[in-house]
Amino acid sequence: MKLSGGDLLMRALKDEGVKFIFGYPGGAALHIYDSIFKQKAFEHILVRHEQGATHAADGYSRATGKPGVALVTSGPGATNAITGLATAYMDSIPLIVISGQVQSHLIGTDSFQETDMIGISRPIVKHSFIVQNTQDIPRIVQEAFHIATTGRPGPVVIDIPKDKTDPSNLYEYKRAKEISLRSYQPRIFPHPGQIKKACKKILSSERPVIYAGGGVILGNAHKELVSLNKLLKAPVTNTLMGLGAYPAKDKYFMGMLGMHGTYQANMAMHNADVIIAIGARFDDRITNTPSMFAPNAKIVHVDVDPASISKIINADIPIVGQVKESLAALIKEIKRSKIKIDSEALDNWNLQISKWREKHGLDHDLYLSKIKSAMIAPQVVVQELYHATQGNAFVTSDVGQHQMFVAQYYHFNKPRRWINSGGLGTMGFGLPAAMGVKLAFPKHEVVCVTGEGSIQMCIQELSTCLQYNLPIKIININNEALGMVRQWQDMNYGGRHSASTYSDSLPDFVKLAESYGHIGMKVTKQSQLKKTLEKAFSMKDRLVFIDVYVDPNEHVYPMLVAPNGSMKDMWITKNTKA
Amino acid sequence: MKRILSILIENKPGALARVVGLFHQRGYNIETLNVGPVFDGSYSRMTVTTRGTENDVEQITKQINKIIDVIKVSDLTEGDHHEYEFIMIKFKRSEKIQKILKSLNGKIHEKNNDAMVMSAWGSSSDIEVAIKSIGKVNLLEIARSGSIGLHEGEKVLKI
Ligand SMILES: Cc1ncc(C[n+]2csc(CCOP(=O)(O)OP(=O)(O)O)c2C)c(N)n1
Ligand SMILES: [Mg+2]
Repeated sequence: MKLSGGDLLMRALKDEGVKFIFGYPGGAALHIYDSIFKQKAFEHILVRHEQGATHAADGYSRATGKPGVALVTSGPGATNAITGLATAYMDSIPLIVISGQVQSHLIGTDSFQETDMIGISRPIVKHSFIVQNTQDIPRIVQEAFHIATTGRPGPVVIDIPKDKTDPSNLYEYKRAKEISLRSYQPRIFPHPGQIKKACKKILSSERPVIYAGGGVILGNAHKELVSLNKLLKAPVTNTLMGLGAYPAKDKYFMGMLGMHGTYQANMAMHNADVIIAIGARFDDRITNTPSMFAPNAKIVHVDVDPASISKIINADIPIVGQVKESLAALIKEIKRSKIKIDSEALDNWNLQISKWREKHGLDHDLYLSKIKSAMIAPQVVVQELYHATQGNAFVTSDVGQHQMFVAQYYHFNKPRRWINSGGLGTMGFGLPAAMGVKLAFPKHEVVCVTGEGSIQMCIQELSTCLQYNLPIKIININNEALGMVRQWQDMNYGGRHSASTYSDSLPDFVKLAESYGHIGMKVTKQSQLKKTLEKAFSMKDRLVFIDVYVDPNEHVYPMLVAPNGSMKDMWITKNTKA
Repeated sequence: MKRILSILIENKPGALARVVGLFHQRGYNIETLNVGPVFDGSYSRMTVTTRGTENDVEQITKQINKIIDVIKVSDLTEGDHHEYEFIMIKFKRSEKIQKILKSLNGKIHEKNNDAMVMSAWGSSSDIEVAIKSIGKVNLLEIARSGSIGLHEGEKVLKI
């Protein structure tokens, strides 16, 4: 049977196993939308802004490990998708964005709703395609999914001029058995020689640290990571993107590292003699001043992307390969090796880390000591949330202090449960991302922890949540300010709060949630917090927006001292440097 | 240090823009650029000259390699290599310019009462020297091909 371009697209998406498409229609995408109307393989979720579509597809992908798909029209639809593409690109998320384009003969003529989508998205995609022949659509879709999901994953754009989906032009559907691109062959297995070298270096260390990032989660290598450390018994830290890659409850887990990492994790990095970096990229939010980074450490760096290795910090032993395969090889080599790690030195090292933890570690029982306090501490909100959900929820977040508090105080024991925009730091990510997660896991608790600043950047998606009945729980940590901005102004700009406060013009979030057909709850006292959370979580089939007014003067600590600081230089409280 | 990168890319729409864009995006400069289809025309060979430290070039090479349309990248300056550049010049008749170009395999393409068009080729350092000594006097216009080059010896860059 011959199919139109739109129907070819549907078939191709179906064959990729797509279950949801997040999108928003418009002129250039109307043929495609007509094909969507006629198919049953997947559900189309109509968002309220294309940014929401990209974040929702992205959230779906982060939670499931499968690629997410968004569909937008040309021009403003395409440009609205740019923030979502950049967000996915920075965190290496396999996202497919299909954009309608004006008809081929109009391209380049400044026609109505024409934007050079390939051009504007070029620096923030892994790859992009423009459809030139309708019959290429199945191949292009197949290649797009292949590229997005293999190697270091990333977003791919497929730009489709309207005439290529014209329902009157029909073509045969052909699907290749296998995709092979001569210019794209990502490495899977590590070099055995490098594995041997790494094994030797690791087993002769006295102060090793495992520094594991989002690559472990993207590469589905969390089990291997745990097995590796069953052998090594080394302290482990996760990046913001890596939280959940190593179980937080494990005794070797030190918490997050970096800018707002724990004291013990940052101290361990600084004092390590061998750092085993796994699927992490030495981001500037981790290393602090690169020339002052871990002065005595040899670096073993495992990553699927060779360009991530020795980009910021020189790797002594680079290992290029999929994280899963690389760790499996390393485990095998360690088991086979005759070198035994100096267990006395290692015990001392782990003891040292406990001492650091005791000295300046995070207080995970703050909710007990603050029970009588007048104002609610934002950290306590996260702790109460952790208890209310038994640590089992999918938690999405936005950007700011609230995001850091979740990263610090919600203990993630499983991968793909913590969903946040780490690389780009996109305010507005949390709610649409939660929609994608909830669609994928309707029976699981999905919580969006946000700030009153961030939530207003994609608040319109509350309407989508009503349409598709997505009972997400939104916890708005309301400090009546762009808290993270204000924190920097407190610390570096003499407390001049330039354009970071708006307490007299905030919406009534309870009424706002209600006007969207949801339930709103407001908490202003510590004594109401626990009960309100319990009540909200008991309402299984309703979206509940919980507006929690917190102490506006809280800062996030620890915080690396910058500029000209190393990882051991931290603010521990407002007035003390460690 | 000057580097000459040879890049094989798929001859597809937008492929060139991806490579050129990347230099800007990652904060590197392109000094010269040459590109044209080779073999069956399904792919092109680009030659880019740039400047940077060992580390810079390693990074840029890896980043270029990551572009899906890029098939292979090779740094010619890593080993012995041949490198040439071709130029065309239109100038007001001048013995001096004619002589300089003659010394660089110069060839006359057009000659009339006031002006001449000549081409020349040589190593890019010779070309640089020639362009400097030609100066501005009598020079009407100039076009440069940018460097192109090949590895010396048995090493070849092909698919
Ligand atoms: C789209 C976007 N614009 C600006 C910023 C810069 N920024 C980072 S955190 C922040 C404040 C966020 O405020 P809120 O959501 O209330 O979170 P809080 O820090 O108060 O917890 C801002 C403006 C950003 N990350 N994203
Ligand atoms: Mg706020």
